[in-house]
Amino acid sequence: MASIEERVHQIIEKELGVNPEQITPEASFIEDLGADSLDTVELVMAFEEEFGMEISDEDAEKLTTVQGVVEYLKANAE
Amino acid sequence: MDRRVVVTGIGLISPVGNTREECWDALLAGRGGVGPITHFDASDFSVKIAGEVKDFDPGPVLDRKEQRRTDRYAQFALVAAEEAMADAGLLEDKPDGDRVGVIIGSGIGGMNTFEENHSALVGRGPSRVSPFFVPMMIGDIASGLVSIRHGLRGPNYGVVSACATGAHAVIDSALQIKAGRADIMLCGGAEATVCPMAIAGFGNMKALSTRNDDPARASRPFDKDRDGFIVSEGAGVLVVEEWEHARARGARVYAELLGAGATGDAHHITAPDPSGRGASMAMAMALREGGVAPEQVDYVNAHGTSTPYNDRVETAAMRSFFGGHAEALKISSTKSMTGHLLGAAGGLEAGITALVVDRDRIPPTINLENPDPECDLDYVPNASIEHPVGVAISTSLGFGGHNTVLLLAKAPDKR
Repeated sequence: MASIEERVHQIIEKELGVNPEQITPEASFIEDLGADSLDTVELVMAFEEEFGMEISDEDAEKLTTVQGVVEYLKANAE
Repeated sequence: MDRRVVVTGIGLISPVGNTREECWDALLAGRGGVGPITHFDASDFSVKIAGEVKDFDPGPVLDRKEQRRTDRYAQFALVAAEEAMADAGLLEDKPDGDRVGVIIGSGIGGMNTFEENHSALVGRGPSRVSPFFVPMMIGDIASGLVSIRHGLRGPNYGVVSACATGAHAVIDSALQIKAGRADIMLCGGAEATVCPMAIAGFGNMKALSTRNDDPARASRPFDKDRDGFIVSEGAGVLVVEEWEHARARGARVYAELLGAGATGDAHHITAPDPSGRGASMAMAMALREGGVAPEQVDYVNAHGTSTPYNDRVETAAMRSFFGGHAEALKISSTKSMTGHLLGAAGGLEAGITALVVDRDRIPPTINLENPDPECDLDYVPNASIEHPVGVAISTSLGFGGHNTVLLLAKAPDKR
């Protein structure tokens, strides 16, 4: 089973159409990876699907970087 | 002074080809694109055939991320628009974006996107509906996307009139140019409804051919054994332009759009008025606007859907309007090869008719093995012909009684 990082990277690559090299821990979805507001909503939905969980709007707002997401999922996903 | 409108670019995607020239070559060769449905499992459907675009690759125009947020119908529009712009020389020679508009219509819009998201809603709940659902699905987004891609800031919207949609888009675009709101317009239609809802819906209306065992011979306009139309997908996008503007930049002109007719049947939601009055009136309107007499028309690209009603009524309308000249007309239904592209048909067929006028070659009506006695005009059966075409019309008639006729003539610099 792939690690949380690998699964998150795969989703980001697929949703945002970016290359793996661009997906660094500090990369911001909006500033660095070309996501707009609709992309970030869909990204969060994809994380919810993959990790079988609900992410509140409040929490979702804070998920702005790759590392932020990985840490959140490590803390909250089963 | 009256502004004149000419066609300076054509982009086509259909079941017979993914580019203008691929389509044209196939049409002249009498090669059809109707086959068994592969886009979804149609084994439980009464209709198992359609006109699908083969090996569509939006890659050169849309990157992976853009593809994910663009419904197939809009992808067709974008790729056809790209070809039309390139054809008109407008990619290398960028026009003033403020003077270029886009009107690309669709009969139904993003039906695939609707189906996917509706399944997600019903199966997994409202939070599973994509934030892109609305902007992917709406029937006007193709125009928006094309304008975004090319920086076009002129009049920008979609039009809807079922099977007449693409033609109405061309008509509106000519009006915008004549009103001076734009010098160039990208116009036409796009449709991608080879999907379960559409095939089930049209099938249950008994409007579609059920010749599932012989799809290549299913679309047979004007033939005695026709049994309905074929749902097809694709796009037809034209660049129409003010004539002096085209001349000044040395653009190649395919044809002049001399006039258009647009009427309503006021009869029935799907069946055409059996008198053909609405269609004949649209022909009269177009010719009156273009200052052309009926005897000057050489070619008709018919609506010719291959339904029992349409083909008979349309023949009656042509006889009624053209009188004695009807028998001298060359008429063909390219739907015999492409199937019915619904909202895209008017755009595709305007493009085909412009090519006919430019190249003096007429694609056939294929599968015309036993003409219906009530369809007794010259439909250029089965083989294309070389024939001088000075003036042509393209007819599109939509569910709801929307009638359109586009009148095209040789380019002003070729007369």
